This record gives sequence, structure tokens and C-alpha cells, in this order.
Amino acid sequence: MNRIDQAFAQDKKLLSIYFSAGHPKLEDTLPILKALQAAEVDMIEIGLPFSDPLADGPTIQDSATQALANGMTTQRLFDQLEQVRDHIHLPLIIMGYFNPILQYGVEAFCEKCEAIGIDGLIIPDLPADVYHEHYQALFEQHGLYNMFLITPQTPEERIRYIDKVSNGFIYMVSSASVTGAKATFGDSQTDYFKRISALGLNTPQIVGFGISNSETYQAATNHAQGAIIGSAFIQFLEKEGVANIGAFVERIRQ
Amino acid sequence: MQYNVNEKGYYGDFGGAYIPEMLYPNVEELRLNYKKITAEPEFQEAFNALLKDYVGRPTPLYFAKRLSKKYNTKIYLKREDLCHTGAHKVNNTIGQILLAQRLGKNRIIAETGAGQHGVATATVCALMGIQCIVYMGAVDIQRQAPNVARMKMLGAEVRPAQSGSKTLKDATNEAIRDWINNPVDTHYIIGSVVGPHPYPDMVARFQAVISAEVQNQLESLEGRTYPDHVVACVGGGSNAAGIYYHYLEEKRVNIIAVEAAGKGIDTGESAATSALGKEGIIHGSKTLLMQTPDGQITEPYSISAGLDYPGVGPMHAHLFRSGRAEFVSITDDEAMTAGLELSQLEGIIPAIETAHAFALFEQRPFGPEEVVVVNLSGRGDKDLNTYIDYFKLT
Repeated sequence: MNRIDQAFAQDKKLLSIYFSAGHPKLEDTLPILKALQAAEVDMIEIGLPFSDPLADGPTIQDSATQALANGMTTQRLFDQLEQVRDHIHLPLIIMGYFNPILQYGVEAFCEKCEAIGIDGLIIPDLPADVYHEHYQALFEQHGLYNMFLITPQTPEERIRYIDKVSNGFIYMVSSASVTGAKATFGDSQTDYFKRISALGLNTPQIVGFGISNSETYQAATNHAQGAIIGSAFIQFLEKEGVANIGAFVERIRQ
Repeated sequence: MQYNVNEKGYYGDFGGAYIPEMLYPNVEELRLNYKKITAEPEFQEAFNALLKDYVGRPTPLYFAKRLSKKYNTKIYLKREDLCHTGAHKVNNTIGQILLAQRLGKNRIIAETGAGQHGVATATVCALMGIQCIVYMGAVDIQRQAPNVARMKMLGAEVRPAQSGSKTLKDATNEAIRDWINNPVDTHYIIGSVVGPHPYPDMVARFQAVISAEVQNQLESLEGRTYPDHVVACVGGGSNAAGIYYHYLEEKRVNIIAVEAAGKGIDTGESAATSALGKEGIIHGSKTLLMQTPDGQITEPYSISAGLDYPGVGPMHAHLFRSGRAEFVSITDDEAMTAGLELSQLEGIIPAIETAHAFALFEQRPFGPEEVVVVNLSGRGDKDLNTYIDYFKLT
């Protein structure tokens, strides 16, 4: 069973954390993963940095820019993760834009992910229909899940299609926006979470974009099986450093 | 082989819509409507009337006698520099603003590099009384002060792109992010034949008026509707797409694309995408683009701000790979010299982008009876400071 499915099979709300590999420091990847596991998060998304991250707000873009300046590359990330399964049992997802994966070679990328023990990918600019037509068979051959995003504007027909094509979970983008921390969610977000929850989809949903504290985490997980925190975690890392990750997670879960 | 777009939004291997799901509803709305709306007689009537009475079309096709004599061939200039706002860019912004109105949008965003597309967008927004926000790299804002002032005078808000390299590609990223954040009321007017399908096709169709006019004009000047060669400079490639459009499938026409070599192809300071680019994805389109081996998009360089885009439109990537078009690259120095020569032989100061196309004649001979049409895509007023600095004119 894929580790992502195992996580969703538990009777609990999941907390998933995103960070940009190579930020704040080039060699922080493994220390961050270990600290997140020690803090008992449920899933981790490792950001493969890209020069032009269209769907991301300033926090994640700046962290990616810094990571690239630090010397992060696709190959270096794979090297850092070579022995990751000796230490980390949590589901691991690589989230990155399609061009670096295309240049590495999609097949070689999938092979490498399988060898390391990556459970799935999130590629925001690889649309579901292109994935389905060209890459799904390859991903499945390597045991890789591919997760898709939906937004409050995604038509129901499209959501049903994505539900059919995806495995693992559907990444519910909290509002029409790029990534970035928000202090609260309004009624329109809550209505949207409820509407999606009522669709009875086969794939579980988790909420991402705009989750920054225990209030937004609670609001998100009231109507979904989990939530993803990225920008707020990256801002914390910059200020407080890897050593204090436990405190961050505790504050979210309180 | 088919050279224009297919029903799936691809030009051969290139094109498509590699977009985050957040953009899907916006792009899908356009894709489903752009052909239908632009084919409506009322749309056509409004578009053609504005092109005629506001832009000043048809632009002349002018036989450049002294230039022709110097290079011993027959050179015609398609005078897009005489369009209102000084370049071909306005053909597209007129079309897209009419489309945006019919889609019920009341807020316009655009990206701009040198500022020409920003000015053309601000112009049509003023004309229609629609809110206009133009994203421009913070570095470009410093370099292109007169165009920033023009946009502001036209009532547009100019927002600096502070991310990444703070130039055109980053301004495009910021405009796309704005569209993600404002999916319902906003239309994004892309200025070139780039971006996700249907943009490359839509912009090419609005610019296609250029080659449609050339067909008519050549018929009366030369007794045939096609030239032997059609020449344009290519950054993203909108003026080129316009002048190639009706000749894509006409094999008697040799298509020539002129790219900016900057300081030279091998200097690391260049924008010659066909020579330096590799297949990849930029701004939602699969095309040729300049990037590191690791797939990070690199910053191009050219003396002309309108040509320093790290990719080319997917149509041009296909014309290159299929061999349909001949690609040539021209350095800063060659372009500047050609700009000065055109000024002194024909009394026309071209935009530095356009000057690249004229440098072709020093590189490549044409037969004395051959008809060569060059798209004179913009005028050089905006580049006076660069010309002054380069030639020490003061």
C-alpha cells in the first residue's frame, strides 16, 4: 500500500508540511525531514525549486530563488534523498514545476523517485488531461501517485474528471489565489469546503494555500481530511531555524 | 505538414496549455469563446472600424528604392511603424479589448518588457474606459522611463515586478499570478504569440491583418499576392506571426526569422532562442526556451528590450524545427548599424527590434528580381536614447 493511502486510512486529520529543498541552507533537506517526523506531522512535501513558479506567492518564490542560489539542483536533491528511507517513514511527495522534470527526463525522474522511495508528485503546471494522455501509465509503473489541485472556480465536471485521474488526495486550493499565508478564512471558503465535501468524491481532499495557524488549520480540517502548510512554515524556518520546528507544529495542532 | 495551429492547440510538437489548475477556468473560457466571438459580424465590424479609423490601417506597403538599390534586390517595407502608438502591438490589443468586453470583463492586466505592449494596452483601455494594470519588471521601469510615463498618462497603473530577474519574464509571472488571484472579472491581454493555448493562435489571428494587407498591396504593386521572401524580427514573435500568417502554407514564400544575438551567440549575453534554446515549458506553453541543463529559465540579453524574451512563440518553434523558416541571428552592433542605415537611406528611424531585421541584408544576398517584404514593426522614437548613447549623437 502506498504510504499516502496508509496516512489517509488513519482515523485522524492530517497535517502536511511543504518546504523548498535547499532553503534556508543547501544541506537542510534531511535535518528538516527528521525534525518534521520527530514533531509527528503526517506527510511532507519537498519543493523542487524552480526559477519561475507561476502558482506561488512571494514567500515560496523567494525561498526557491534562495535555494537555487545555494546550488540546489534536481540531481543534488536526489543525492540528498538517496538514503532517506533509512530515517523517514512518513509519506514523501515531491512538488515541483514541470520544466525541470522534463529536462531531467520524465522517465528517469520517475525511476529515481521510485528507487528513493518517493510516494507521489504534485506538478502544478502539468494539467490532468496531459498527464492522463502521456504520463499516467509511466507514473503508475513506478508506483508514483500524482495529485491535482482544484479551486473554488473549478467546474464540477472538471472536479469529477480530476477525481477519476488522481490518486492519493485532491489538493483543494483554499481560495482563488497563489500560495501564501492568511490569518483567517471567510464564509466563502467554508462554503466551498462544504460544497466539495458534499460531492462524495472517491479521492480524499486536503486543503492548501493560505493556512498559517491553528485557526485556519482547524477551519480547513473541519471539512477535509487534512491541510497543507507551506509559506507560513517557510517564514518560520527563516526566523526560528530548523531546531525549533517542533514548536511550530505544536502551535498549529494546539 | 501543417504550420498553423491544430485543433488541440499545438504547432507540431509545440504549444498546448501547461497551466496550473487555478488558471484553467479563465483559459478554458477563452478557448471556448475566442473563435466564436471573433467570427461574429458585429465583432468583425467593430474590429475593422477601429483598425481603420483609430489605428490608421491599412498601413502602407512601401517600395524602399534606395535600400533596394544598395542591396540590388526589391525591398518592400510594411509600415507597421505608422500604426497609432508606433508599432504593430495595437492590432492585438484592439482585438483583445473587444473580446474582453464581450466576455463581460471589467479589469485588464498586461505584462510589458520595453513598454510598447503596455502602452498599446493602456491606450485601448483608455479608449474603452476600462481599468488597466500593467506589470513591468522593476529593472525595465528604470530603463524605459518614457513608456512608463506614457502608460501613466493614459490612466494605467504600472506595477513593478520585483521577483526573479525583475524583467519581462517576471512581469509575465506577476501578471499570471494576478489572473490567478482575480479569476472572474479580469482579462489578461498577452502581448505576443506566447502563453497557453489559445493565446498564441488568438494573438496571431489579430496580427494576421498585416499579411492580409500585404497580399492585396502586392497584387497591385507586383501583380502577385506573394513575395519571394518575408522577413521579420522575432522576440516572442507577434509581428512575425502577423506577417507570416497568410503565407505559412504558401511554399513559394521563403520565411525568414531574425533573432537577437545580443553580444554574440557564444558570449552568454544573447537572446537567440533558436540557436540556444531547448524544448521546455515557459508561461504555459511548450516551446524552445533558454534554460540551464537543470531546467531553470535563464535571463536573455539584447540591446533591444523587445527581443529579450527567453522563449519564442510555439508557432516559431515549429517553423524552426520543421525547417519551414530560415532563422538568422543578428548582433547588437549589426542591428544598430542597420538602424542608422535605414534612417539615412529611407528617412525612417526604426525601432531597434525592427533594425535587427534590416541587418539581414548585410548577411545574405537576394536576387535582383526577388521581392522581399520586411515587416517594419515599430518606429524608433522610444529608442532614441539608446541610439544617442551608441552613436554618440550629442
